[in-house]
Amino acid sequence: MKLPIFLDYHSTTPMDPAVLETMLPYFTQTFGNAASRNHEYGWTAEAAVEKARTQVASLIGASDKEIIFTSGATESNNLAIQGVAQMYKEKGRHIITSPIEHKAVLDTCQYLESIGFELTTLPVDQYGRVSAEDVVKAIRPDTILVSVMFANNEIGSINPIAEIGRVCKERGVVFHTDAVQACGKIPVDVEKMGIDLLSLTAHKMYGPKGVGALYVRRRNPRVRLSPIVHGGGHERGMRSGTLNVPGIVGFGKAAEIAKARLQLDTEHSSRLRDKLWNAIRSRVDEVHLNGHPTERLPHNLNVSFAYVEGESLMMGIKELAVSSGSACTSASLEPSYVLKSIGVGDELAHSSIRFSVGRNTTDEEIDFAIERVVATVKKLRELSPLYEMVKEGVDLKSVVWTGHH
Amino acid sequence: MAYTQKVIDHYENPRNVGSLDKTAKDVGTGLVGAPECGDVMKLQIQVDEKTRVITDAKFKTFGCGSAIASSSLATEWVKGKTVEEALQIRNTDIVEELSLPPIKIHCSVLAEDAIKAAIQDYIKKNDGENKS
Repeated sequence: MKLPIFLDYHSTTPMDPAVLETMLPYFTQTFGNAASRNHEYGWTAEAAVEKARTQVASLIGASDKEIIFTSGATESNNLAIQGVAQMYKEKGRHIITSPIEHKAVLDTCQYLESIGFELTTLPVDQYGRVSAEDVVKAIRPDTILVSVMFANNEIGSINPIAEIGRVCKERGVVFHTDAVQACGKIPVDVEKMGIDLLSLTAHKMYGPKGVGALYVRRRNPRVRLSPIVHGGGHERGMRSGTLNVPGIVGFGKAAEIAKARLQLDTEHSSRLRDKLWNAIRSRVDEVHLNGHPTERLPHNLNVSFAYVEGESLMMGIKELAVSSGSACTSASLEPSYVLKSIGVGDELAHSSIRFSVGRNTTDEEIDFAIERVVATVKKLRELSPLYEMVKEGVDLKSVVWTGHH
Repeated sequence: MAYTQKVIDHYENPRNVGSLDKTAKDVGTGLVGAPECGDVMKLQIQVDEKTRVITDAKFKTFGCGSAIASSSLATEWVKGKTVEEALQIRNTDIVEELSLPPIKIHCSVLAEDAIKAAIQDYIKKNDGENKS
């Protein structure tokens, strides 16, 4: 067993060796520019890109012409949101989103707000889910875009995407979803779910970093986008720039494997995730699950260990690579805005740890993780004045604290 | 967060963890910080009434590694000092000893506050009585 154990598959994934194998010739041998229309090198590269386009499209039920390759999901989100805003600004300037989007969506929406667009942020329930009814209520005659993530990267909650897609379609509003965490983990189908724009990335599905895609619907309705990167008119004019052929080839292979293994991966991940959670909650008191108990990604576990601060917990479980919603682990010194949005108090947000398992996680690793987590929480609670006070019967809410912030 | 060996040592082997009887007359208790801010320190001192020397100190901390290290170090430093000497401990001394990065300076401030709060509590319990 290799230490530290990687339990942070939400952040990224190791590349599948088969993906690397597929990519290698495109660096050194078939290295052509996919835009070179006049020779063999270009044709070979173009054929490889088109194959990958089909593979990526197939993962989400799209047709290959609807896939625009980008540098990653941040660019895809920017292109979707800014591209729609620019293209449809004569029709309206109102955009709807949710408070628990990734920063690539939130900051893009806030940028648009700063240049004269209007933003409505939908409410989310205690599990971080948006309801289609709230989307309906928020839509106005001048609404041009609804952007709601498929599944959340911190708490793993899955939104009712098909319902949101349906109400957007009924009202003729373009629907974008950031599906970075969902693609390759749970079934995604742009047709069945009424999705018009969808962002995804390779490195979250055992593909290479630095390559992503934006699905852009071509029929019912045909969605048009203004480009945010100008140049040679690649990717149907929506995203100029020489294509990252090896990356795209790897993305295609990763998407093909993800599709073939979807059920296998889901079963493996959810079994290990449940094993971890069941052990933690049976052996440690005062633990809280953040996010939806069932409508959640199969590989996500987000837990608050009350009376223990997240960063100190991570120091104690340094053999485990995890992430925390604690302020002390962020540059901003603010606890997770996602946990805040779902009503988790700052105190429990500081105590949260996100575990995410993946294809390569083993039972042995989870067994080890359980022992480390249980032992460290127990040790830190011995050190915790809050745990001591609670055990003495003190109501922490009745204490007058002397906070600095 | 890349911590220095000293912080890691205090985190892994915290000194003087525990609690003293907060109702005892010779014990001063300081409780500073707030759970929603992510750090709470409880620091207690036991004082020799005649010499005013701090004979024992204990702490418990909810907080990040540097908060734990700062309070652990604070208990080490106050022991053997008189109340007046302990009041001279500055957060900057803690920052220097533990090489805390700028983003963690508030942990040292909290440790200084905890020492002061514990001493104030002791003084309130004792000197207040002498005056009356």
